[in-house]
Parts: sequence; C-alpha cells; structure tokens
Amino acid sequence: MSSYLLSHLDLLESEGIHIIREAVAEARNPVMLYSVGKDSSVMVRLAMKAFHPGPIPFPLLHVDTGYKFPEMYEFRDRFCASAGLRLLVEGNSEARAKGTHPGIVGPDACCAQLKTAALLQALAKHGFDMALGGARREEEKSRAKERIFSFRDRFGQWDPKNQRPELWALYNTRMGEGESVRVFPLSNWTEVDIWRYIQREAIPVVPLYFAHERQVIRRKGILIPVTDGQTGPEPVETQRCRFRSLGCVPCTGAVASDAATVEDIIREVASARKSERENRVIDLTGDASMEQKKKEGYF
Amino acid sequence: MDAAGKSLLRLVTAGSVDDGKSTLIGRILFETRSIFEDQLAAVRRTSERKGLAETDLALLLDGLAAEREQGITIDVAYRYFETPRRKFIIADCPGHVQYTRNMVTGASTAECALVLLDARAGVLTQSKRHGFLASLLGIPHLVVVVNKMDLVDYAEAAFERIREDYARFAQRLDIPDLVFIPVSALKGDNVAAPSPAMPWFGGPALLHHLETLHVPPDRNLVDFRFPVQAVLRPDASFRGFAGRVASGTIRPGEEVMALPSGALSRIQAISTYDGALEEAFAPQSVVLTLTDEIDVSRGDMLVRRNNLPQVTRALEAMLCWMDEAPMRTGVHYLLKHTTRTARAFISRVLYRIDPDTLHREPVPALGFNDIGRVEVQTALPLFVDPYKANHATGSFILIDPEGNRTVAAGMIRAAGTPRSALAAAGLGRERGAVLWFTGLSGSGKTTLARALEKRLLEAGRAAVVLDGDLLREGLCQDLGFSVADRDENIRRAGEVARLFFETGHIVLCAFISPFRAHRAQVRSRFPAGSFLEAHVRCSLEACRKRDPKGLYGRADTGGIPSFTGLGSPYEPPEAPEITLDTESAGVEELVDGLWDRLLSLARLP
Repeated sequence: MSSYLLSHLDLLESEGIHIIREAVAEARNPVMLYSVGKDSSVMVRLAMKAFHPGPIPFPLLHVDTGYKFPEMYEFRDRFCASAGLRLLVEGNSEARAKGTHPGIVGPDACCAQLKTAALLQALAKHGFDMALGGARREEEKSRAKERIFSFRDRFGQWDPKNQRPELWALYNTRMGEGESVRVFPLSNWTEVDIWRYIQREAIPVVPLYFAHERQVIRRKGILIPVTDGQTGPEPVETQRCRFRSLGCVPCTGAVASDAATVEDIIREVASARKSERENRVIDLTGDASMEQKKKEGYF
Repeated sequence: MDAAGKSLLRLVTAGSVDDGKSTLIGRILFETRSIFEDQLAAVRRTSERKGLAETDLALLLDGLAAEREQGITIDVAYRYFETPRRKFIIADCPGHVQYTRNMVTGASTAECALVLLDARAGVLTQSKRHGFLASLLGIPHLVVVVNKMDLVDYAEAAFERIREDYARFAQRLDIPDLVFIPVSALKGDNVAAPSPAMPWFGGPALLHHLETLHVPPDRNLVDFRFPVQAVLRPDASFRGFAGRVASGTIRPGEEVMALPSGALSRIQAISTYDGALEEAFAPQSVVLTLTDEIDVSRGDMLVRRNNLPQVTRALEAMLCWMDEAPMRTGVHYLLKHTTRTARAFISRVLYRIDPDTLHREPVPALGFNDIGRVEVQTALPLFVDPYKANHATGSFILIDPEGNRTVAAGMIRAAGTPRSALAAAGLGRERGAVLWFTGLSGSGKTTLARALEKRLLEAGRAAVVLDGDLLREGLCQDLGFSVADRDENIRRAGEVARLFFETGHIVLCAFISPFRAHRAQVRSRFPAGSFLEAHVRCSLEACRKRDPKGLYGRADTGGIPSFTGLGSPYEPPEAPEITLDTESAGVEELVDGLWDRLLSLARLP
C-alpha cells in the first residue's frame, strides 16, 4: 500500500506540467521563451514530460541580444538539436546594427532595445498569443506579485495594480485581439529547487554555471569576466568562480566559488548569503528597475 | 519520497493594519536564512535613514514601487522559505485594501492560515473576517498568532483573554484545527524557538508548529476524478488523455466511465516520461490510455461508474464577488470549472453573508468583495462535487466575457434544480428587461403592453406580457383583494417576471399595483437599470368612461368593495422612469417612445 506522499519537487513538477498543458490547450499560438539558462532547461524538461510520448507542440524562442557568452550559443544549438526541439532565434537587428551596447547607451536602454523591444517584435512577427517563460517569483520582489498567467495589453505591458485574481488551479487565459498572456510554470520554484531538480533529473546545463579559473576584473564588487580581450581600467586577475545566473557578457558578473558539480552548487545555494541576482548589473540600476522593465513588456 | 525532497506546506497570512504581519514574515525569512545579505543590507540602510531603532524587516516585503511610495501593500505576494524538513509557500495577503478579494485568492491554495492579531487590541472584527474566510475556503488548519506580546509585558492574561474570545467565535466556523501562539515578531519570541519571556506557554514555537503540521490531511484520495486537459495523439498507435488527477487514485485495469458520454472503458496504462506507473493519485500529472476507442476530449472527465460526481447544469454555490463592477443577473458570464468552460448566468442571489456577524441578508445582487449564496445555471453540464468534499471539482471562477476579467470565485454547495429548457435556449444571448406598467384600472396598461409586445416579437425579440387577469386566473386564483393578498399577488408577479427576465426576455408587466411599497419590493429583485417603472397616467373620470371590463360600474354598485381609485387608494409613483399619458397621446406614439427607451437598455436589434 502506497503512502501517497509526494515530495515538494514532485508537487512543483506536477503543477508545472499542469500549467504548461493549460496554456497549450487554451492558446491559439503558444511559444516557449528559451534563454539557455538553468530555468529554461528545467522548463523544457517539464514541457517534454507534459506531452510525452509526443513532441513538444510549440517552438522555443530565443530572444538573442548578440552579447551572450559563446558557451551559451554552443550549448543552445547542441541541446536543441539533440532533443529535436524547434528553435527560433530573433533579435532587434535594427538596434544591433546601430551598435546598441550597454557600455554606450547604458544597461537599461540596452535591455529596452535588445530584450524588451526584440521580444515584442518577435511575438508580433509570429503572432504568438501565449508565451511561456521561466521566471520565478522568488527571484525578484516585483515578481513575487505576478500571476502564473500574467495578462499583457496590446503594448505588451504589465499593469501590476490591475491583475486578475488567480484562484486554485483555475487559470483565466482569456484575452482580446492583440493582447497576450505570459505564463510562468516555474512561479513557485526557488533557485535551490531548480538545482535539486536538475540533479534529480540529470538535466544538462551550460558549463558556465560550474566553477573554473577565469580571467576577471573587479568592478563595484562584481567579478566581470574578460572576453575577447575587452578590459577596463581595472587590473586583470585570475579567480576561481562561476556564474550564478546567465545573461549578456557585459552585464553578467561571476561569483567566487569552488562549486564544480551540481551537488556543490546545491550546497552552496542552500547556504548562500547573497541573492541570486547579486551579479546582475542590470538589476542594480534602480530600486524598481525590474518592475519598470516588466511594465514595458520585459519578462 | 526522494532524498532531495521535502514536504510542502502552503500558507496564507492575514492580519489587520499594524498587526505586524510583515514583521512576522520578515522574521520568519530571517530565522530560516531566506533573506540574503545584500537584501538585508539594503533594508538596514533604509531603516537607519528613517531613524528606526531596529531593522525594519517589514521593508523586505513591499515589492512594487507604488507600495513603497504609498507605504501600503496592494496585492497578494508569494514568499518562499524552507527548513530542513519542509518547504513553505506563503501567500501574503494585505489586510486592508480589497482584503476579501486578496485573502480569498491567497487562501484558495492554502492548507494552513495564519491570522495575526495585536495583543493590545484584542479580537477585532477584521480578525473574525479572516477566520471566516479561512473557514469558507476550507482551510483545515488555522493558527491565531497573537503578536506584540512584548508590548503587554508577555502577560498570560492578555493572551488567554484573546484565546477565549476567538475560540468562542470560531465555534461557529468549520475549522478542525485551531491553535493559538503568543509571539513577538519584532523580538523573535516564540517564532523560531520557545520564548524564555513566556514560560507559561506550553505550546510549540510557530516555526516548529508549521514544520510538524500533518499535511495534507484534506486531500481527497477516495473519489477518482480525472478532468481531461488534452488528448495526446502523436501517431496512429498512441492515444492518451493528459491531465492532473484531481482526486482519488487509479490503477491499470480499472474500469472508468467518461463524462458526459457515459461510455465505459478500462485503463490500459498510466504513461509518463519516466515510465509507466503502477498507480496514479492526486495531484499527479499523468497520461492515461484506455483499452477502447471511446470519445473523450478536453473538458470531459474520467471517473469510476460506482462513484460519480453530480452531472448538472444548475449549481448552488457560495460566491465571492471580486470585481469592482457589481454582479449582474440575467447576463452571461463564462464559468471555468476544472478543464471545462461553459456559459453561465446567475439566476438568483439567495443571500449575502455579513462576515462580521455571519448573518444572512437578502440582496438583489452581490457587489465588490461581497460573499453570498447564489444559484447558477450553465449552458453545458458540469461534473461537480461539493467543495467541502473535493476542492478541485467543487470550485469555479466566473469570467466577464467582454473585458475577460475574473469577476468571482465560487465554492459549490450542491447541484441545484435545473431550470427549463427555455432557460438554456435563451441563455444570456440577450439582455432581459422589465417594464412595469402601473396605473388605474382602464388606464391602458395592458393595451400598451400588448402593442409593445407585438412590436418586439416582430423584431425577433423574446417578450412576454404578464397582467392581473392572466395571473389571477391561475397562479393567483387563491388570492383576494385585501392589502395582504394584493401584496402577495404583486410578489408572485415579480417572481414570474424574474424567471422570464433571467432567460433574456423583455417582460411587460401590467398591474394596477397601487402601493409604492409593493412596487419597490419588486424593483429590488432586479439589477439596477433593468427595471423600468412606467406610470400609465389617466384621470379617474377618463378611466371610468372607458371602463372596458365594466368594473367601475360594478364597484359603484358595491360589487367590488376595495376597488382602486374608489374604495382603495392609488399611490402614483414618485419618480417613474417613464410616464405615459394615455389621455393626450395615442398608442402608437407611446409605443414608439417605449421602443426608444428599450433600445439601449435591452440591446434591441
């Protein structure tokens, strides 16, 4: 006789699968936002489980700024090919042609162009009405208030003061012409849940998450990796470090770490004294910078 | 359970303003090391800048810019922490603005409610409301956290007084497990560890209590219910039904029935990415394959033939209205129940419940943050259980089909009495309206009503005339003409009008209805704006002259003792929506005017 017990990972998995299926059942044209990071890797696994033994019934969309780490591009192409996933890569080519770069226009303006505008353009170009994303409520304080099915108006904007009540597991997926819904199946997962699940399911992730000796400079307490010979005025040093979250090269710092395996990372994250986005230059530009970006259409 | 796994407990927290709820949550996050140094440093800086003596942990929680600017909490926020044994999800509900909507939202997924109150203030109305909502949403565990014990010198008497008060109130609620814990969130007493300041308290510290609560005791593992989310058909050889087991358990080989078709088959396999399962149980997400090719699609439900839910198109439910625009009866909403969405309308509000006194009050409709018992009719059959027995198949939401807002949350009490096929046929497509013609006998009420009815029917609009003769011949033949009987006659006329109204009819009621109070009573049964009072004005002399039924003649000779206008008074309306003067205008002219009035109100073609 079974005890009918489910662990918190089982429950999070079951909830995530239910959410993905609801989105697909009620969307006209769904898509999954794929950022190549650990959360995306977990979300893709949930999608595989949701539709097994069939294929994932929607494409993945990578909104590419062009400034990602080479390891991320390499991982993305290999992973999607081996798993037989349909991958779309879109970007704001106009802004990129103009040379938009955080070092020139500032991180906020760069994100607005290369991420937010690029995402909205891509959703419009393909006519996607429901976009699954890997954001978690624990990540950032404005995300703590976001719905699992988060409604966006015709301009892709989020209105935090006017969200639909969300009860039980009954999701309101209705929208009007030109409006869209963002869906977050990992809403209730924490960073350590993600890593425990990666361990349990043996999910492949980008090697940048694991500690290595890397050439870095220190800027405002953040370890910035030296790539393509780019440096600042600061001296270059060699540091054993890893990336706790992944983004664009100019705006993503590393953290000093010895965690070389998933087990090490779980131990490190479980006892972490700093938040997950400590190394993200983009979140530090203002107290409400994430909320502002989300109102404009960012994930 | 795998080695990396912990159990999961979902909490909802509620408190009134200044009960220290944010401080308590901040304290819990701090004690469980769920706050990070960079976040804590930011809060320390802000606290120092504000000149506070101690770090204000509550500052960790306000997520939105508007909240920090206005110093208020706007919306439910979700927080996460864990202890070595258990992961916790907190739905943190603001206590003041829109508290009902927020708490019902947060409570819908919770297994345990923490209700905070201030040891100095005692049991406030708000604290009782929070308990009522927890009970309404079927949360089995309620922890009353008596906070700010440091400000009452950790006195046992203060705690005991609150405990007795609240326990007395809670006897009227449906809460199987009620626990009281005295704490100081600010100082940390009885939060993570037993407090040396309160040696008189024999119970556990709050975190210990939450960590050892036995959950999930409320999960229904008896009644197998499998709402189908999607049909997976990757190739000709595989046809599986994807879904989350809402309740109960199932094994391969067991017989199942598909609803609504009633077709029977057997479970062939329980398929998952990780291999076939020997058994599936709530709330696992799985794929079921059947031994027969029966017709099953999204929105259908697989069940056991000897353990069926109620199959019904009529519900009685407790409804929490969450939209700023009040409920409208007689228009259609979308009802989402499990994986099934159906058009629905609210046919009747039985009562509203006062969350402070738990008294029931009759109301025509529910407004923002109201909770009441209603009857709902749906265009498709639903497969339901009472919410108390099964949260997953006993809950629904209502969506406004125009703005797509989620306007209400419902908890099913029982399957209701289905209305006639007429109701379903006319369901919600058209907006009903009631035109109530009042005036003296012979003033022309029925003549006008018939003329307008003809015009409406010709335009393809459902319309019906109700008048005194029609009702007194049948439904009201037991009634005479005393004031009490006249009151009852009008009440019945109003109820009949309501039945037609709910099915989208334009109801033309022609009744002398001489008393204002009786007319007001009928009006109160309809949503604002859908009931129009039309005063058919005609002098007594002119009516007497017309006397189509010879009634004035009989009254004059004493044949009808309390005839309106003669032996009994007529109270003309003080502010009728419409006045029709039948002495100065002809029928066609008046009907033209009425048509214009109905045009916008009832969306005439």
